[in-house]
Amino acid sequence: MTEKYTMPDAHGHFGPYGGMFVAETLIPPIQELNAAYQRYLNDPEFIAELDADLQHYVGRPSPLYYAERWSRELGGAQIYLKREDLNHTGSHKINNTVGQALLAKRMGKTRIIAETGAGQHGVATATVAARLGLECVVYMGAVDVARQSLNVYRMKLLGAKVVAVESGSKTLKDALNEALRDWVTNVDNTFYIIGTVAGPHPYPAMVRDFQAIIGREAKSQCLAQAGRLPDALVACVGGGSNAIGLFYPFIEDAGVKLYGVEAAGDGIATGRHSAPLNAGRPGVLHGNRTYLMADDDGEIIETHSISAGLDYPGVGPEHAWLKDTGRAEYVSITDNEALEGFHALTRMEGIIPALESSHAMAYTMKLAPRMKKHEIIIINLSGRGDKDMQTMAKREGIEL
Amino acid sequence: MSRLAAKFEELAKTGRKALIPFITAGDPHPDFTVPLMHAMVEAGVDVIELGVPFSDPMADGPVIQRASERALEHKMSLRKTLAIAAEFRKTDQKTPIVLMGYLNPIEAMTYEGFANAASRADIDGVLTVDLPPEEAEASTALLQAREIDPIFLLAPNSSDERIQKMDAIGSGYIYYVSLKGVTGAGHLDVADVAQKLQQIKANTRLPIGIGFGVKDAQTAKTIAAIGDGVVVGSALISKIEANLDDPKRAQQEIIALLTSMRLAMDSQ
Repeated sequence: MTEKYTMPDAHGHFGPYGGMFVAETLIPPIQELNAAYQRYLNDPEFIAELDADLQHYVGRPSPLYYAERWSRELGGAQIYLKREDLNHTGSHKINNTVGQALLAKRMGKTRIIAETGAGQHGVATATVAARLGLECVVYMGAVDVARQSLNVYRMKLLGAKVVAVESGSKTLKDALNEALRDWVTNVDNTFYIIGTVAGPHPYPAMVRDFQAIIGREAKSQCLAQAGRLPDALVACVGGGSNAIGLFYPFIEDAGVKLYGVEAAGDGIATGRHSAPLNAGRPGVLHGNRTYLMADDDGEIIETHSISAGLDYPGVGPEHAWLKDTGRAEYVSITDNEALEGFHALTRMEGIIPALESSHAMAYTMKLAPRMKKHEIIIINLSGRGDKDMQTMAKREGIEL
Repeated sequence: MSRLAAKFEELAKTGRKALIPFITAGDPHPDFTVPLMHAMVEAGVDVIELGVPFSDPMADGPVIQRASERALEHKMSLRKTLAIAAEFRKTDQKTPIVLMGYLNPIEAMTYEGFANAASRADIDGVLTVDLPPEEAEASTALLQAREIDPIFLLAPNSSDERIQKMDAIGSGYIYYVSLKGVTGAGHLDVADVAQKLQQIKANTRLPIGIGFGVKDAQTAKTIAAIGDGVVVGSALISKIEANLDDPKRAQQEIIALLTSMRLAMDSQ
């Protein structure tokens, strides 16, 4: 693909994917949001404020770290880590919440809501809401509340109200349902900060644009440090915001391979996974058309992953498009493989990755040895593993 | 003329308003639904909205969410909902049936496959909650080619332009969601609804059914005076939920509520 990439179209379509599939009450607020987003996207004052926040509050640019020891150990391509784990609040999620919060402020909204899986987006949202003095309610599946209690406590410290969602599978998708129900009830004063590149238009494009800072920095850092573009990018994909953030600025660079890593859970063959691009089918959920985990009747199936942040039956519509066009390749990594990736990075480089990011580490362990020594891989290290200590300890039978 | 158009024309001639119950197909059990539909017709309802259970009912409050969950426990699906409608149709050729649900089960069947199946089941209207007119062109054409009315929602925050859009693309009736929120939420504000209805009527000639927040006979009567039809859902399903161990009693209570609404609506 060498031609100019211009997705999505004016109606938020990425080919057959994306769009605006919501109940009528949400159409006016979505149109209002889209108008504000289009207006401020190119507004120098807005961009200056966003850039200043990203630099002084988030701590950008994040380093592009050359993992020399790990590269040598794997014996193939040279591995660079885009250190989104070093951002304020510990993941890439803050790039987007800072941006959307500035929009909310300009739109005069006084109340912020969000959904969260692992709690990283919830923490990043509670953080920006605290800073702007806005009321904040975070919806989180009851299962995730239990397995990510540290992040629940962080959100509460930041002044957010955390609502444990008891419906359905009690995970991220149900949190999204509940946030949509809140939004439809409180449309007048409420801004819904969606944390991933899903939801109705303009969210997939808007969240991508706020996350694209990852790829823009990585590109110029790679050119500066290695003197050339990378050969491959690797990122984990749940909804897919960290992956699209890294991929997007490279889409027109045909020589750069893009690998999105989905969660294979217990294994694709077991059906207990969260890998719609690998084993799902197109459908409509949460405002957009994309690949979904659904049965023959179109009912959404329960998903599984050791990482709460990847435990979602859908995926951003742009990833569906990149898959169909062949521009990106979507692979999968099981829970057990992800744990190997987690330990490898921790022991080789002294960096404890989030379980989500560990999927990208694990795939790199397969990919790098197959590549030549002069080639370069950039992995998005999307978050740090502190939040996963309880899950890890439990998995390994250790009492903390 | 479609069954829905004929029904609303007949009602207009006699100065009556449509009573439109919503129930979830297969709640609490698949065997419960067809007898309940016939009993509701006997109690004087005009159109039946048959809810298609969905795993992720984003626009519904807790009552209808739980109804979906109960139905799904019995492996209810869009196909089985169509089978229920076809079964009902064997002995009632007059009462219009509107399927109400979410888009993904329809996507799974493909739009054309669904339109054909709905036509075979003699369905009269389809209301897809998460399918706004912007995305609805293809499916609407397929439905209307089979004389099935695509029914759209309007909300308190819908503009003149939106109303005109629904008027252009929809048929049968328009479902006015009387409050910002999910099904079964709060109480509707009659003055607000009356004001909005003036705006809607100025922009469409389609009949207007009003729902969300209709809980008792008095509200039904007040709302009937404003619109062309009254939709009641969560209040009925609450009766099912309160009598899960006694489905007969659930049906009796539903019929009692609908009968009182019918009486109140006809005594304007």
